Amino acid sequence: MSDLLAALTLQAGYNAALVAIGAALLGFAAGAAGTFLFLRKRALVSDAVAHATLPGVGLAFILMVALGGDGRSLLGLLAGSAVTAGVGLLLVEWIARRTRLAEDAAIGAVLSVFFGIGVVLLTVIQTMSSGRQAGLESFLLGSTAGMLYLDAVVIAVGGALSVLAVWVLRRPMTLVSFDPDYAAACGYDVRRIDLAMMALVMAVTVIGLKIVGLILIVAMLIVPPVTARFWTERAGRVIWIAAGLGAVSGYVGAAVSASAPALPTGPIIVLTATALFLLSLLFAPARGVLAAVLRHRRFQRRVHRRQGLLALARGELIHDPLTLSVLRRAGLIRADGVATEAGRAQAAKAARDEHRWEIARLVNQDTALTGRYDGLTPIERVFTADQIAEFDRHLGPPRPVAGDAAGA
Amino acid sequence: MHAEFVQLSLTPILIGIFASVACALPGNFLILRRQALIGDAISHVVLPGIVVAFLLTGGVASMAMMLGAAGAAVLAVLLIEAVKRLGRIEPGAAMGVVFTSMFAGGVLLLEQSDTSSVHLDVQHALMGNLESLIWFKAKGWHSLADPAALAALPDELPRMALVCLVVVALTVIFWRPLKISTFDEGFARAIGLPVAAIGFGLVVTAAVAAVAAFDAVGSIIVIAMFICPPAAARLMTNRLEAQVLWSVGFAVLAAVLGYVFAGYGPLWFGGAEAVSAAGMIAAVSGLILGLACLFGPCRARVGQGRDPAEA
Amino acid sequence: MTPTMTTAARLAGLPAGLDLAAADGEALHPEAAAESPLSIRGLTVSYGEKPAVFSVDATFPDGALSAIIGPNGAGKSTLLKAALGIIPRLSGEVSVFGRPIDAARARIAYVPQRASVDWDFPTSVLDVVSMGLYRRLGLLRRMRSEERAHALACLERVGMTDFADRQIGQLSGGQQQRVFLARALAQGADLYLLDEPFAGVDAATERAIIEVLKSLRAEGRAVVCVHHDLSTVESYFDHVFLINVRRIAEGPVASTFTAGNLQATYGGRLAAGHIEQLRLGGGTA
Repeated sequence: MSDLLAALTLQAGYNAALVAIGAALLGFAAGAAGTFLFLRKRALVSDAVAHATLPGVGLAFILMVALGGDGRSLLGLLAGSAVTAGVGLLLVEWIARRTRLAEDAAIGAVLSVFFGIGVVLLTVIQTMSSGRQAGLESFLLGSTAGMLYLDAVVIAVGGALSVLAVWVLRRPMTLVSFDPDYAAACGYDVRRIDLAMMALVMAVTVIGLKIVGLILIVAMLIVPPVTARFWTERAGRVIWIAAGLGAVSGYVGAAVSASAPALPTGPIIVLTATALFLLSLLFAPARGVLAAVLRHRRFQRRVHRRQGLLALARGELIHDPLTLSVLRRAGLIRADGVATEAGRAQAAKAARDEHRWEIARLVNQDTALTGRYDGLTPIERVFTADQIAEFDRHLGPPRPVAGDAAGA
Repeated sequence: MHAEFVQLSLTPILIGIFASVACALPGNFLILRRQALIGDAISHVVLPGIVVAFLLTGGVASMAMMLGAAGAAVLAVLLIEAVKRLGRIEPGAAMGVVFTSMFAGGVLLLEQSDTSSVHLDVQHALMGNLESLIWFKAKGWHSLADPAALAALPDELPRMALVCLVVVALTVIFWRPLKISTFDEGFARAIGLPVAAIGFGLVVTAAVAAVAAFDAVGSIIVIAMFICPPAAARLMTNRLEAQVLWSVGFAVLAAVLGYVFAGYGPLWFGGAEAVSAAGMIAAVSGLILGLACLFGPCRARVGQGRDPAEA
Repeated sequence: MTPTMTTAARLAGLPAGLDLAAADGEALHPEAAAESPLSIRGLTVSYGEKPAVFSVDATFPDGALSAIIGPNGAGKSTLLKAALGIIPRLSGEVSVFGRPIDAARARIAYVPQRASVDWDFPTSVLDVVSMGLYRRLGLLRRMRSEERAHALACLERVGMTDFADRQIGQLSGGQQQRVFLARALAQGADLYLLDEPFAGVDAATERAIIEVLKSLRAEGRAVVCVHHDLSTVESYFDHVFLINVRRIAEGPVASTFTAGNLQATYGGRLAAGHIEQLRLGGGTA
């Protein structure tokens, strides 16, 4: 426990602190860049980009060895991965634009083929004399254990630069991700901002390779934006909430992972983000599942109650079991299906409101008002008391509803 | 030479072919339904599935592993559907959330549990180990008639063949409902087809194919075969029947060429050791798709959604 | 009719004699509903929190061409789709020829909106038409020569024989609509439900489609179309159903397709434009 506290307060060693800060910065940038993808409905493009980094890592290693280095320079490997990630991204766009294949097929094809090539290169490297200890497999799942000081610095600086890029791009990014046409009308070059955003996605992916690994880095780009979407309807806020969630996940994940063995960084970061997602999915006030279920049940009961009252007013038999149970529970009919005093009164009111609507729709030329004639909106919410009184003058006195109309 | 081929290469090639075909067949429909990445999601959740199966049974029996993986795949599909509907989230993002979370859970469980003694690791699940599936007892082609030698075939071969057969049979039997509900869901519902069940059945079939295949060939081939051969086939023809046949042909071609290149390619370049066959099969399937994108007779879009710039 | 109502009608500039009672759905004759090819009771559908269709009753007559009309977003297509079970309903019952819909699917043919499918799908015209034979063929039986001939005859009825082997993506909008109609004909149903069959088609196709629908009527089949073009209602249809979330009116075209009912369906100024258009159209016809 005290290890965890130490890690969370950055007391678990210089490298671990750097990694935690780097992961938080990276999470921030990933959340923001991921929101852009998510709002443009291209979340899984990041999956293609991430998998396409693997051949780059392999090629960079081979190249560096061929040039006489030991091939393990993190900066060199990341540069290589950026190149093939870029090629993969271009191929996804080329296939989706130039052929009849949809973007999802293009993503899947690029992802699997690049990954396959990457695996081939890894087996080639294993046969090289300098390749046996290369440890390139750590890029699959990330690994912060035994990280060099220089690598930690690269990650922290990379994360900081990504955050800076998000800050610089925040305005065009918000505009373009929410409403590209409007952004174009405002004079932004949408194509260039798109490119800049994809570059940011690539940068986040590449920097995250060492910490989270190429399979899970996708989660940092997708999960926080999806989570943020539960809490707001406004694009501008989604970006910052997602960035915040990403930063928290990155920081907590990296710190927790540093506090004990057998807690791999990538999965802990992702699972932290997932936990936040699940909480939001269930309990977010407006878009959460719980709220939606309650709202739907209420709505369905309202519909059935209204339909039941209208049926009572018309003296029709009610067969629908839900309608019967709703009316019974509200004390509007008795157990044997006969309308109660209150039921007859409310049915009469419902019928009268229907007639009022008829008049209202004839008298009012305004379609916007009469367009709310949807069976549920109370007439009192649309018209003023004196308007309703005017309708009533056309209608004459209220008519009572007979009692024993409803049959079980 | 022959004896060596039968002993070392015959079974991996056959397993590769069966795995590729079993994945390519449902892949045709997944692509037309814009669900190509379901294959991606399924193959990622195989890992948590086998880890949980291992933790529950304490062993590495194939059957338990397969059931665990299949269970995880079905769970993932249900979760994706739930996240999509409950959270009103677009399918791609819903998939991304579910499969990465499950994969992360799998990796964590793996690290936490003592699985180092058994042959169960992430790289194996990702890359497979096609080359190791050799037929020790084979002495040559005549071994195909030798019951003792046949009994020593690697388990993966009959299993993959059976799954491939089942997938082919399901595709043939449910051809019409699949085709109708993929083309026009509203019409399919109106004539009383159980559209939701058909869609779920397709995904479960894909999951079974993926699970059977991953053990032998790893999850990369699985994703590549779900997508590349059917996608390339789509660019060759405008008939679904012909497309499916093309996709099977491409899948077989990729499996055979991929294995040959992986095994013998390095020798041609003076290398001594073979490279990953699974990776090479995926790469060859990508090459086939690339050629189809450039030269396929039906590569351009014609129906709605035509790009005005190209018209 | 009370004097005050006449005042109301006059207020709105409408002819007196508009029957308000029609709008609150007088009880249907049970036997009429039992024999109706399509009878809907208390159907409510909602997208989210707003009803798209609220508590609608409808009874369509046999051996007639019926139109469902109403403004955009009034729930016309929603009514049809919910009746068929393509989208879920919140409440309501649907019967087809007096039986629950699931027991009567073999007697229904459905033509969805053209835009609801991907026309880039790898299939040919004849292939799409033979999808209409599914209930007859089942899972595995091969198409016999007489079934192929039947499919071709259906294509012939919509004038598309020469296009049988064409890939569907290469067709024009009107031709696509004809293929969908041919598929419905191949089903050999007694009730035809069409969702906006005339939307975005060329004049020749519109004539071809209405001829086919009239020939179906002559064979005693029932046809129900979601329809948006008010100027053709009187020349095409026998029966109209007016909807704007609620049922507004339903009945024979001659007595139901009135300025008053249109006013009630389309509301205010919008209706005035439509009605004016209608008068002009009627004058030249």
